[in-house]
Amino acid sequence: MFLSRFTSDRRLFPYTLVLPTAIVMLIVVLYPLIYNFILAFKNMSMYHFQDSTFVGFRQFAEVFGQRELYWVFGKTVVWTVVNVFFHVTIGVTIALILNGRIYGGGIFRSLLILPWAVPQYISALTWKGMFNHEYGSVNLILMKVFHHAPIPWFSDATWAFVAPIITNVWLGFPFMMIVALGGLQSIPHELYEAADLDGAGALGKLRNVTIPLLRPILAPAVVLGTIWTFNNMNVIWLVTGGGLPADKTHILVTYIYKAAFTYYRYSYAAAFSVIVFFLLLGFVFASMRYFKITESAFE
Amino acid sequence: MKSTRITRRRSASSGARIKTIVAHVVLVCITLATLYPILQIVGISLRPADRLYSTSLRLIPEDATGHAYYSILFEKEFPLWLRNSAIVSGIVTLIGVFLAATAGYAFSRFKFVARKSGLYSLLIAQMFPATMLLLPLYVLMKGLQLLDSLGGLAIAYVVTALPFCVWTMKGYYDTIPKELEEAALIDGASYWRAFRTVVLPLAAPALAITAIFSFMAAWSEFMVARVIINTRTLYTLPLGLESLSSTFQTEWANYAAGSVLVSLPVVILFLFLNRYFVSGLTLGGVKQ
Repeated sequence: MFLSRFTSDRRLFPYTLVLPTAIVMLIVVLYPLIYNFILAFKNMSMYHFQDSTFVGFRQFAEVFGQRELYWVFGKTVVWTVVNVFFHVTIGVTIALILNGRIYGGGIFRSLLILPWAVPQYISALTWKGMFNHEYGSVNLILMKVFHHAPIPWFSDATWAFVAPIITNVWLGFPFMMIVALGGLQSIPHELYEAADLDGAGALGKLRNVTIPLLRPILAPAVVLGTIWTFNNMNVIWLVTGGGLPADKTHILVTYIYKAAFTYYRYSYAAAFSVIVFFLLLGFVFASMRYFKITESAFE
Repeated sequence: MKSTRITRRRSASSGARIKTIVAHVVLVCITLATLYPILQIVGISLRPADRLYSTSLRLIPEDATGHAYYSILFEKEFPLWLRNSAIVSGIVTLIGVFLAATAGYAFSRFKFVARKSGLYSLLIAQMFPATMLLLPLYVLMKGLQLLDSLGGLAIAYVVTALPFCVWTMKGYYDTIPKELEEAALIDGASYWRAFRTVVLPLAAPALAITAIFSFMAAWSEFMVARVIINTRTLYTLPLGLESLSSTFQTEWANYAAGSVLVSLPVVILFLFLNRYFVSGLTLGGVKQ
């Protein structure tokens, strides 16, 4: 049998196993990737869908020549840093509490995982409703409980950017909590006992035992979380209804998405994507080298 | 002398007690804040239609009704969206599990050309900004006339969870002792047979995680679906629910009821698998 050669030959078999995945990845990832690079040098748009021509670096020049790149990039950095910061601090704090002696720890853990379980678009749309100026519960609580004036969530550019950040912090901390909890549970108890004998206080134990041992487990999650947050279109797009007010609430990916699928500026969006791609690639390689994330996988 | 030591010990233990109390209070507060949006959506789904403009902070309205659930199940297109999402997620899960199970095995057990670069490529592929792939995919599907079809959507989705799934499967196979399939090979089984009959059954837990992950990726995706699907009858759940939520006034209760129905199975699954996450995620991430 022709097929049996592939399943009984030690050299051929791994290729047989990888082939289906390779084909799918080539069709759905590599081909579009190359296509995107080519598209970036063309002038394809709504007006030039069939008759697009090569225009060299014109799209890149346009991206770099516009102010948009810089303020959208700035917002993306703020979005990513603020989100990841709160994900990690809240996640690790809760994990530290849950790792202590807590009545009903399992129940708390189950309840706190829920933001992760609810599909992201439902959470985003629900929060969008909660930020509604008149009927949203955020403003109602502000007014009724704290006697604070209602916040114009979606008519003010700053608040409209704060709203999706709050939403995304709520969404993202359970993942970090679970990772940190796993990390904490893998720290041998003897190390704390040894620290006790050395007369270390709670803070000393945190600094000399917990943090150094948690770091290698948390670092890959933080890098991954940074990339996810950087690329997360759903939350900010849905909460702000695609960039309200007046396209002031975009991060790079939503800005490109809108350029491509609302304004049909295909080649412009492709060029912008290429720039974002190289930004991310640089970040990924730098962090992989720094944190040695994939090292253990290749042993 | 003796008495001071006792008081010191007592004060230390009362300090510990205060710490425990504070920890519980903080935990309860965070949990309530975390649960509030979820309780809120359940509450809205139970509101009668004339109470949608409510400015009350009551979570469960005093005249709660299940009408929105009836309405969305029997009067709206919700069952259709459910069907569409189930079809797409089903296809994506089947393909995803098959690809991850086979490729993960190769990456775990065999040394071959492009092994390392293949693993890296998968990792990097997950990091592309979605627009980078989505835009050409859109143009391609337009050319192939696959726009506005569930099949086209499934093709676009297959790779979203695949890198993670391949890595997870690889990590799990790494923990299964090689001697098991070597014994089968000595007995004359082919590589494929040893993989299928010996290793694959042992990898069932990882296969389950892979399946859930693929399913979830397709079940809750919005942005790609928005671009590829246009016809209302082909809407998947995210598109359908979004269309309900955008008319805040009229369909808010229906949207909420739909959200509860969509989230419930996922939430139950998560709670059920909760205990495995802690060990599973760290196992896949870092081995010491």
